[in-house]
Amino acid sequence: MTHTRQDTFDVAVIGAGMAGMAAALFAAERGLSCIQIGNGGGILFASGLLDLMSIHPLAERRKWGFPFDALAALALEQPQHPLARIDATSVRTAFNAFVAALGKAGLPYAPLGKANSDVLTSIGTIKPTYGVPRSMIAGVKALAQRPPCLFVDFHGLREFSARQIVSTLGDSWPAARFQRLQFPGTEAVPELYAAHLARALENVETRARTIDLVKPLLGDAQAIGFPALLGLEHSVEVHAAFEAGLGLPVFEIPTMPTSVPGLRLLMALEAAVATRGVSRRHHSTVDSIVFDDETATIGLIDSPGGERVVARTVVLATGRFMGRGLVADRGHVSESIIGLPVHQPTSRNEWHQRDFLDPTGHAINRAGLLIDDSWRPLDAAGNPAWPHLFAVGSILAHQDWMRSKCGSGLAIATAWAAVRQITRQLYGDCDKAGEP
Amino acid sequence: MANPSRIETQVLIIGGGVTGTALVRDLALRGVDCILVEKDDINAGASGRNHGLLHSGARYVAGDQEAAVECRVEGEILKRLASQTIQDTGGFFVAVEGDDERYIADFPSHCKRSGILVHRVDVAAARELEPALSPHTIAVFEVPDASIDPFRLSLESMAQARTLGARLMRRSRVIGFQREGRRIRAVQVRSMQLGEDVWIEAAQVVNAAGAWAREVALLAGASINMTYSKGTLLVTHGRLAQRVVNRLRPPGNADIMMPGGTVSIVGTTSTRVDSLDNIYPTTAEADLIVDEASRMLPALQTMRFIRAYSGVRPLVGSTGVADGRTASRGFALFDHDVDGIDNLATITGGKLTTCRLMAERAADLVCRRLGVAAPCLTAITQLPVAPECKWTEPGHAPREWMRTGQAETLLCECEMVSASAVDTIYAALVAAGDTPTLTDIGMRSRVGKGACQGAFCAVRAVAHLYQRGDFQAQRGLDEIIDFFAERWKGQHSVLWGEQLAQAELMEALHCGLFGEELRGDDMHGLCPPALNGKVSP
Ligand SMILES: Cc1cc2nc3c(=O)[nH]c(=O)nc-3n(C[C@H](O)[C@H](O)[C@H](O)COP(=O)(O)OP(=O)(O)OC[C@H]3O[C@@H](n4cnc5c(N)ncnc54)[C@H](O)[C@@H]3O)c2cc1C
Ligand SMILES: Cc1cc2nc3c(=O)[nH]c(=O)nc-3n(C[C@H](O)[C@H](O)[C@H](O)COP(=O)(O)OP(=O)(O)OC[C@H]3O[C@@H](n4cnc5c(N)ncnc54)[C@H](O)[C@@H]3O)c2cc1C
Repeated sequence: MTHTRQDTFDVAVIGAGMAGMAAALFAAERGLSCIQIGNGGGILFASGLLDLMSIHPLAERRKWGFPFDALAALALEQPQHPLARIDATSVRTAFNAFVAALGKAGLPYAPLGKANSDVLTSIGTIKPTYGVPRSMIAGVKALAQRPPCLFVDFHGLREFSARQIVSTLGDSWPAARFQRLQFPGTEAVPELYAAHLARALENVETRARTIDLVKPLLGDAQAIGFPALLGLEHSVEVHAAFEAGLGLPVFEIPTMPTSVPGLRLLMALEAAVATRGVSRRHHSTVDSIVFDDETATIGLIDSPGGERVVARTVVLATGRFMGRGLVADRGHVSESIIGLPVHQPTSRNEWHQRDFLDPTGHAINRAGLLIDDSWRPLDAAGNPAWPHLFAVGSILAHQDWMRSKCGSGLAIATAWAAVRQITRQLYGDCDKAGEP
Repeated sequence: MANPSRIETQVLIIGGGVTGTALVRDLALRGVDCILVEKDDINAGASGRNHGLLHSGARYVAGDQEAAVECRVEGEILKRLASQTIQDTGGFFVAVEGDDERYIADFPSHCKRSGILVHRVDVAAARELEPALSPHTIAVFEVPDASIDPFRLSLESMAQARTLGARLMRRSRVIGFQREGRRIRAVQVRSMQLGEDVWIEAAQVVNAAGAWAREVALLAGASINMTYSKGTLLVTHGRLAQRVVNRLRPPGNADIMMPGGTVSIVGTTSTRVDSLDNIYPTTAEADLIVDEASRMLPALQTMRFIRAYSGVRPLVGSTGVADGRTASRGFALFDHDVDGIDNLATITGGKLTTCRLMAERAADLVCRRLGVAAPCLTAITQLPVAPECKWTEPGHAPREWMRTGQAETLLCECEMVSASAVDTIYAALVAAGDTPTLTDIGMRSRVGKGACQGAFCAVRAVAHLYQRGDFQAQRGLDEIIDFFAERWKGQHSVLWGEQLAQAELMEALHCGLFGEELRGDDMHGLCPPALNGKVSP
């Protein structure tokens, strides 16, 4: 399925972060013709972990072992939260579809169960999440059981210290050890980047030499942790080779951005949308959208493939301040492309708490677009701004993904729900592919 | 605390700002044995929260000639003897449409009356030299203003004093005085880290506690009439001009822009406050500074600001000022005779620019009381360069990095702070018997001062210190949290535009991924499915 400039797409997705990627993926899976505009910068920062919901209510810092229980509580107590507007079955379906697509694109995740998992981070904190890359799952088990375990890192990787992790765990994991190694061939290099090492490990020989360095250090270890750099495109193969070569469960530890798992996610999602026939304009930026009764005409800048795109529906997945979906001057937050009204605190004085880690979070992070039940952003009068404009992901109001630990969940579930709505709107109750 | 330890010295100095450190150096150079106690860290008070302008005096020529002359003389001394702490940028005084014509016309003669070199610069030529100046500029004068690094000044003064035998006790707060008739017998000092007290027995005590001088004097039973004025400053991302730019008008809000390294500092404001607690920049102050200063430098309207900070100026009232020893309206030296104490003095007020003079006057009083005849040497002695103190200077680290051939591991890419710089600073603190924190390192280097405000480099610095074994157990995580709590005070008032996106990234990383806000005893436990549902703290 190829589209030329003149085509009218069923859906134009603006944004290529987690939410935009999920929307493009789900649209294509439902058989809608889809074009996606924007670069995937945001995903590079992601950790590889797919959060759904862990902390609610924020002020109490209550941590939930079961994300769907947390969502049920949220639905009762914060009905305006975007994730409170989606039923559990849909959330589950969306997550499964997303993770299945990643698996097919070479980035397998551990089977999604009912419970959240605790994952050790590179600084030694413990982070609750839902979807765990298969390369990290042995770490979840090790963290729960705390057997003798070896943590390995490499000279020159500045933001990762295995010793820090072991030291931070301290008495709570007495059988943890650390070892810093010289990555083969990097002797004179003062700074190493995880992505370079990940790429290097795709070379069979370098991999074998690295495994040989670790082998003599195993001792009584029953699991081995590495910074997340075991391969890039071929991470499955590299991870398997480490497990086979060392004869033990091997796990990766998520690191500071931009991280290898972020890069893998981006590559896998790009592959997933590409194989499903989504047209992409990676390098383009949308600077206008003009709606008429039937279609939207999207104006692009820096666009090698043409200046305009016409689509029957538009999904706005442009993110927040980092993504550039929202912009703020000294007094006011605005939506960056069409100037949709943004729900926000009355003055900048209220945007942020005086304490950075204030458990209730910063009010500015709950600013965003208000939507109706069909995921259509509202105009100033509270009505849908346009019948064929939809908004998904972190640009939505009444959520704080950083504090609730729901970033990917918010992106995936809202994208799924909006695309379902679009399919209904364009093709009636059934989706175009004929599935219910 | 059955038997708290006692320490003896000739002079105890309370407060480690530019005044206290200048004083300890002055006395040490005269051969007097001293201890300096500081409740937080060097320059934790106004000395670390000012504009860093080495005043030529021109700012005060119309209203306070005495202060103007004092600044000129002291500025010249520091430029000669502490040149490593100074960038001799020169300064412009700039008037824009609507500014008082009379003040402009009188300015050059007022400068000359105070002996300050001044010359008029053609507006077009000035705008060529400093393109950031407003098109509405109507008059420009050049004066010998400069920028000074108060951190380096204090650290190097302290470093020299130490080589001469003086002792520094950081994180040591004066909490009480033991009197015996008209004398202070001992001063009670609490270690903020250990919670333990020591008693320091000194022949003379000098209160150099800046805005806290009133509180400290009260503890000793002496009173000082003092009010507080809070001032806020904004730091831009990027340097606006080569020179200091002052507004040519009577001193008011937001009329100074100081360039320094890769940033500029704009301010200040002046608000009366009743208490020294909870001093942080507000959004209203930030807005006021942007709106007012952009009349001289319009680019400020669209400029990115990376942080703000506030300091408190002590305003010393006239009642209670002891006698003729009050050197000038700029600063105040109290001998506390009227309070019935013979061995306490207070030196407060004044300016960074005049700290050497303030120290000299206080040291003269102390030496007279001690019967020490040695003269003051600070007006003729070079301030030695201390290698561990050079990292505070913006631009130093990149130069060093270029020089060493880039074979160094950088922990901070915004400001190019290398691992070895952190090691040097850490080692110097340890050698002095300290337990360095991440915040200490931040104060002595550029860590956390670039656009990312530490989001990345703080993590790297902590990983580096864990790897060396310097940090253990939960300590590094506590330090990251303290470091950001401190930095945040200066950030939240300037978060709009690009810097708001930066703050979002910082939170995505530190809360979204690392979950630092969840740390604490209750949250550190795991949440296995076996617990069947929610875990409440
Ligand atoms: C530091 C960090 C750590 C993270 N860790 C986790 C984690 O542990 N677990 C987890 O689940 N998630 C994590 N995430 C990911 C997070 O879930 C998502 O980034 C978040 O949900 C936002 O996704 P989004 O797609 O809504 O917005 P963004 O990712 O911000 O995407 C917005 C997209 O819109 C594009 N765009 C904006 N304006 C235009 C325009 N005019 N024209 C064209 N394109 C435009 C941008 O280029 C970008 O591609 C992390 C993210 C960060 C930054
Ligand atoms: C916003 C602002 C901008 C300024 N700009 C300039 C400028 O551009 N140029 C200029 O020349 N001057 C400037 N100044 C003035 C200058 O900063 C001050 O004059 C100078 O820093 C005062 O130094 P100090 O050592 O006397 O006081 P401080 O630096 O305040 O030092 C007092 C110290 O005492 C310590 N302390 C307090 N109580 C106790 C206790 N109980 N026990 C132990 N220690 C204690 C404090 O922690 C503090 O470190 C500015 C001031 C402000 C507020």
